[in-house]
Amino acid sequence: MTLRNNAILEVDALERRFDVSAPWLNRLIERKPRKTLRAVDGVDFVIQRGQTLALVGESGCGKSTIAKLVTGLHSPSGGSIRFHGDRDRLQMIFQDPFASLNPRWRVARIIAEPLRTLSPDTPEAEVSARVDELLRTVGLAPADGLKFPHEFSGGQRQRISIARALAGDPEFLVCDEPTSALDVSVQAQVLNLMKRLQKKMDLTYLFISHDLSVVRHMADVIAVMYLGRIVEIQPTADLFANPLHPYTGLLLETIPNLEAPKRDRSPMVGEVPSPVSPPSGCSFHPRCPRAFDRCKTERPQRSAKVHNRRVACFAAEQGAPDVQ
Amino acid sequence: MSDVVLDVQNLCVEFPTRKGLLTAVDGISLQIQRGEILGMVGESGAGKSMTGMSILGLLEPPGRIAAGSIHLSGDRIDDLDDRAMQAVRGRRIGAIFQDPLTSLNPLFRVGDQLVETIRLHTDLDKPAARERARELMREVGIPAVEERIDSYPHQFSGGMRQRIVIALALCAEPELIVADEPTTALDVSIQAQITALLKRLCRERGTAVMLVTHDMGVIAETADRVAVMYAGRLAEIGAVDDVVRRPQHPYTKGLMGSIPSLRTDVEELQMIPGSMPRLNAIPPGCAFNPRCAHAGPRCREEVPRIARGDITGAACWLAQAGTTLTPGEAA
Ligand SMILES: Nc1ncnc2c1ncn2[C@@H]1O[C@H](COP(=O)(O)OP(=O)(O)OP(=O)(O)O)[C@@H](O)[C@H]1O
Ligand SMILES: Nc1ncnc2c1ncn2[C@@H]1O[C@H](COP(=O)(O)OP(=O)(O)OP(=O)(O)O)[C@@H](O)[C@H]1O
Ligand code: SF4
Ligand code: SF4
Ligand SMILES: [Mg+2]
Ligand SMILES: [Mg+2]
Repeated sequence: MTLRNNAILEVDALERRFDVSAPWLNRLIERKPRKTLRAVDGVDFVIQRGQTLALVGESGCGKSTIAKLVTGLHSPSGGSIRFHGDRDRLQMIFQDPFASLNPRWRVARIIAEPLRTLSPDTPEAEVSARVDELLRTVGLAPADGLKFPHEFSGGQRQRISIARALAGDPEFLVCDEPTSALDVSVQAQVLNLMKRLQKKMDLTYLFISHDLSVVRHMADVIAVMYLGRIVEIQPTADLFANPLHPYTGLLLETIPNLEAPKRDRSPMVGEVPSPVSPPSGCSFHPRCPRAFDRCKTERPQRSAKVHNRRVACFAAEQGAPDVQ
Repeated sequence: MSDVVLDVQNLCVEFPTRKGLLTAVDGISLQIQRGEILGMVGESGAGKSMTGMSILGLLEPPGRIAAGSIHLSGDRIDDLDDRAMQAVRGRRIGAIFQDPLTSLNPLFRVGDQLVETIRLHTDLDKPAARERARELMREVGIPAVEERIDSYPHQFSGGMRQRIVIALALCAEPELIVADEPTTALDVSIQAQITALLKRLCRERGTAVMLVTHDMGVIAETADRVAVMYAGRLAEIGAVDDVVRRPQHPYTKGLMGSIPSLRTDVEELQMIPGSMPRLNAIPPGCAFNPRCAHAGPRCREEVPRIARGDITGAACWLAQAGTTLTPGEAA
């Protein structure tokens, strides 16, 4: 219980469904039923203040949807999100730097916006000094503030959105693929900056990235998602040393490795199942090398008896120590 | 017939601005053979996308090609008018961009967009085109094609949208694919699917691919050769193993050093000090000299270049003198 006391975010049984039915006229004529897509399907996690929790998992598994639920851009269809911080100081860096910057505003105005919202009385000179400083912080020049977003490359635009997020003096940052548009040397600068800021200002990050070497460097805890659910959640070092879920194991094997490139690396077998009609039982069973009968009918849950709630998998239950 | 699909010679791209002319691409020369994947890496803003856009004939004014030539299988394409270029783009060159939304119309179902593109470039009738669309969606790994074919782009996740774009680029079986960060926002397993798909196209159809990406792991496992760009110029080009394992250019070395490792833990990642110069403030001589630990007097005066026609090389005075680089050594 003592651990929970320092939680800044507690997510319980979180659900988000989308209606993806055909238009009602088609449904009427073609007699198609209503269709719901469970993008987030019962997700639990806690983030401690000052820590980084990373969400990883296949494209479409619901990571961005969780990010948008936490920031309030989507409303939950079920479950709860409890944020024990200052909502005004919760900021987000979006996956898509193209869509998230107002094309008609100059960069300086874009970056200043959260600052002006947070403290409208800030003198203009102070705002512009802060904007210049933020531009420098993310490796751009104060003169760039006068330009429009379209005058920048993809990676430069991502730095603008990072500067904007930092302008809001955040205590909690939701970062959806913050560096995937950056080259590795700028990425190193941004990640080092994020780590330094975290230490200095006790920042908390919900960090989404498909790059597992980046996640390994940044995260204290990693949650692995599959089809809207968390199938494994462990401290970073434990997850890499001892992945408990078969999907995590396959994921780790699929990482393109610079140190030992495998040119004939084969993608994970099987078709990614549809979240509209997920497989029965454990939704990973059609692709799982360890699946057995029970997996097809019953849904594994994370329980206190199995690796202390770290994994949802029947195979991992067998011989699992009773950690309390 | 030669096997060179793409031949870019001395390409220069410039932007006239209020404060004078900016050179975003400065004398790039490179070739891609049939069935070859050329990886393109480099600092954000170095001109990789501009190079790709020039090849596709999609430079947005005021940007323009100021010098050089681009040939596709022997045909000059940089001087074609808009209509002729549009035909080349759909049929002979496929494009995959970082932002899938630029290639998809939000108002139309993805199936209809695929069918329309297929019919534009082939003579399949509607039912056959729809069957081909299903096939392509399956080929790029869209789950439950029957259920998703009538969905709108916003109903897909970022990664699935990108796979639809790839399906669109494949519609006409092009000779060349320009893929600008096609897997940037994708998880490793989809990334592996897409790179496997690109590799298969190269092998089976002889497609040439220009693959722009920041992911060195992807480059190491996918590309045959790799070109490194810095401040609009080519810093280094060569076989992928050589560039990754034995980089010659100090910038390439720095780039390789800043990649987070899967094996070792560090508190801070290695960084190249400073940042790339603005296009209007490129220093004389080697553009990397303000950040280079090896910079000597010559580096500040003369621009090092890779000799035209060379398929491997580094634009660095020190590397060209045959010296091996060790940090701290000054030329
Ligand atoms: N507005 C929406 N309407 C219908 N379906 C949606 C909507 N937004 C997301 N989805 C669906 O919800 C699922 C989860 O999407 P989400 O964007 O959260 O995935 P993700 O894990 O972020 O993927 P990626 O790594 O590709 O960005 C996907 O199947 C997607 O198609
Ligand atoms: N409309 C424009 N006006 C002026 N400069 C521009 C314009 N568009 C792009 N640039 C500049 O051209 C340079 C090259 O941009 P480009 O998009 O090719 O970079 P890139 O190498 O693809 O970078 P990234 O890895 O971030 O995508 C950048 O420095 C950018 O600021
Ligand atoms: S529950 Fe069964 S199918 Fe699911 S991951 Fe575990 S072993 Fe595989
Ligand atoms: S040694 Fe000279 S030429 Fe080579 S990268 Fe450094 S500054 Fe440029
Ligand atoms: Mg996403
Ligand atoms: Mg680019």
